[in-house]
Amino acid sequence: MLTYITRRVLYSIPVIFVASFLLFAFVRATFDPTAHLRASRTAAEAIKSERKRLNLDKPTVVQYSDWLKKFVRGDWGTSERTHERVFAMIRRSLWVTTQLIFWGVLVSALLAIAMGVYSAVRQYSALDYTLTGLSFVALAMPPFWFGLIAIQFLSADLKNVFHLQEPLFYSIGLHKPGVTGLNVDYLRHLALPVMTLTVQIVAGWGRYQRAAMLDVMSADYVRTARAKGVPRRRVIFKHALRNALIPLVTVMALDIGVLFGGLIITETIFSIPGMGRLFFDSLLRGDATVLVSWTVVTALFIVLFNLLADVAYGWLDPRIRFS
Amino acid sequence: MTFDDDPTSLQPVESAISPNGSRSLSFDPGAPLLEVEHLSVEFPSDDGPVHAVDDVSFTVAANEVLGIVGESGSGKTVTSMAILGLLPKRARVRGAVRFRGVDLIGRKEKEMQAIRGARIAMIFQDALASLNPVFKVGDQIGEAISVHRKLPDRAVRDRVVELLDLVGIPQPRQRADQYPHEYSGGMRQRAMIAMSIANDPDILIADEPTTALDVTIQAQVLEVLERIQERTDSSILLITHDLGVVAGVADRVMVMYAGRQAELGSVDEIFYDSRHPYTLGLLASLPRLDRGGARSQRLHRIKGQPPSLIFVPPGCPFHPRCPAAEVPGRCNTERPAFREIGADHRSACHFAEDLDREQLLAPEPATS
Repeated sequence: MLTYITRRVLYSIPVIFVASFLLFAFVRATFDPTAHLRASRTAAEAIKSERKRLNLDKPTVVQYSDWLKKFVRGDWGTSERTHERVFAMIRRSLWVTTQLIFWGVLVSALLAIAMGVYSAVRQYSALDYTLTGLSFVALAMPPFWFGLIAIQFLSADLKNVFHLQEPLFYSIGLHKPGVTGLNVDYLRHLALPVMTLTVQIVAGWGRYQRAAMLDVMSADYVRTARAKGVPRRRVIFKHALRNALIPLVTVMALDIGVLFGGLIITETIFSIPGMGRLFFDSLLRGDATVLVSWTVVTALFIVLFNLLADVAYGWLDPRIRFS
Repeated sequence: MTFDDDPTSLQPVESAISPNGSRSLSFDPGAPLLEVEHLSVEFPSDDGPVHAVDDVSFTVAANEVLGIVGESGSGKTVTSMAILGLLPKRARVRGAVRFRGVDLIGRKEKEMQAIRGARIAMIFQDALASLNPVFKVGDQIGEAISVHRKLPDRAVRDRVVELLDLVGIPQPRQRADQYPHEYSGGMRQRAMIAMSIANDPDILIADEPTTALDVTIQAQVLEVLERIQERTDSSILLITHDLGVVAGVADRVMVMYAGRQAELGSVDEIFYDSRHPYTLGLLASLPRLDRGGARSQRLHRIKGQPPSLIFVPPGCPFHPRCPAAEVPGRCNTERPAFREIGADHRSACHFAEDLDREQLLAPEPATS
């Protein structure tokens, strides 16, 4: 297992280098960090000195290597938009997004496994058909639409119908101003964004788990377990589910890696200051320094979770672990 | 609870089957071990019902090995699954399967669970697919014990090692902690056998236990089965398509064709006095080294394909392929009864008594 993990880590290193170089080059090619100086009266002079200060006059490869050295040390530069340290901005946004992903993934995984197991064990039952139908509805709903509908019905309308002072579920941020920590206020803020995120991912995972479970339920070793006299419940939850989780966990790990950069719409709708919002705001203002670090950090997460997917696969499947 | 060192005296399971007494069926120890009567199994399909098993009756006596022979789709496996109540819900099962006098058809799941693996155990064909890849072999065998009797882990563990040793797995203590993929094919099948005999069952159903194995390993596994059977007094239902396997191990043989019984008799009657053209065809198609001139003769083959189980030919299902068939005549109009033609010898052929064995067994002359 250790050799397996070591090998996978070593494979990841060149991927990170190539990805970060390409991302660096693309951001350099598309965004001009001196663009905000163009309007000034001494534009030519100012731009020239700024380019020199930012080393933009050197070849991309040299710029990249300088940038990389600083990036590894945690010196990610200063935002052209907020004049704040980029490292602190990304760390703060990442923490917010991580909370959203954590709850969204937790709820989605539990629902998807429950749905998948039920649908497979009671294949073609009324509830199986219902879940299948709902899955396709969920897959067809874009998150920006679902998010807005959720705010309208579950936040605004609910408040009006019951004549509440405040909405039951908030639609802005993760806390009321001045409040922190894991408390009821937090849950009331989390409910709608987590629901929006869950709707995006639970349908796919649920379908996946159903297919995996159906596959496993007809496996010979499940028949063996039944022939031993193992009770049905235990056959399903021990012998079958343990095997059916292997593909789902792999898919989940891959999907989670993508989520770190992919919650742009959900975070924007619910005004949550996470990675998606940071990207959106930086993109609109052409904040190249933030964008370079942001893209590389999200790429790192994708590589990291690909690695975790492989490790989880080996951990769950002894055939991989011992070969 | 401790186990005797002598594996022939395994603990009886009676007391342990139902710790709470609620799911036990009361068996009659004096009744025949297993009686299958008029068993029929149909599966609904879009083209009509599939007659997987059609009116099959036989008995298995204590300490007897009954071979069930037939080609793929002849109903061998479905029969055994029906005995254990492991058929899917959509299967329509009729008839009776009486174990020690108690009919098992239509029993509650809980009642069947107490019987499966404890009184009637099964060995499957493909041991790699039949063992769960994510659990250790020892734990899988241990589970077969612990679902039927409350024992301390230590005792289960000792019993697992004892069982692995009994089926001839070297270093059983270490091997118990390995996963199925770390075993060789022969060892996996031995582990399956160890699992099936864990509770000293009265009947072992072995469904093609040697089919997936090399010839040399086949012989070893059969040897293990025979040894187990001698030591534990269990009966074996040996399902196979290989007459050679049956000849060496079985006491009686049942030949099945298209979900029906073709012939049933002692090994000697089936091999030396067969009274069904299908059995004779199977015998003639065995490669024989003792018959000389093997190179000048082609292997005998039974013409045609086994029939669809949805549209079974009228009359005798074998008549389109039968060299002795009287068509048109009784063979394609009248379903032959599975009738007694000797002491404990039955055949489903209208002309069982008049078959020209020499002609039917004659090898095909070489044509090329």
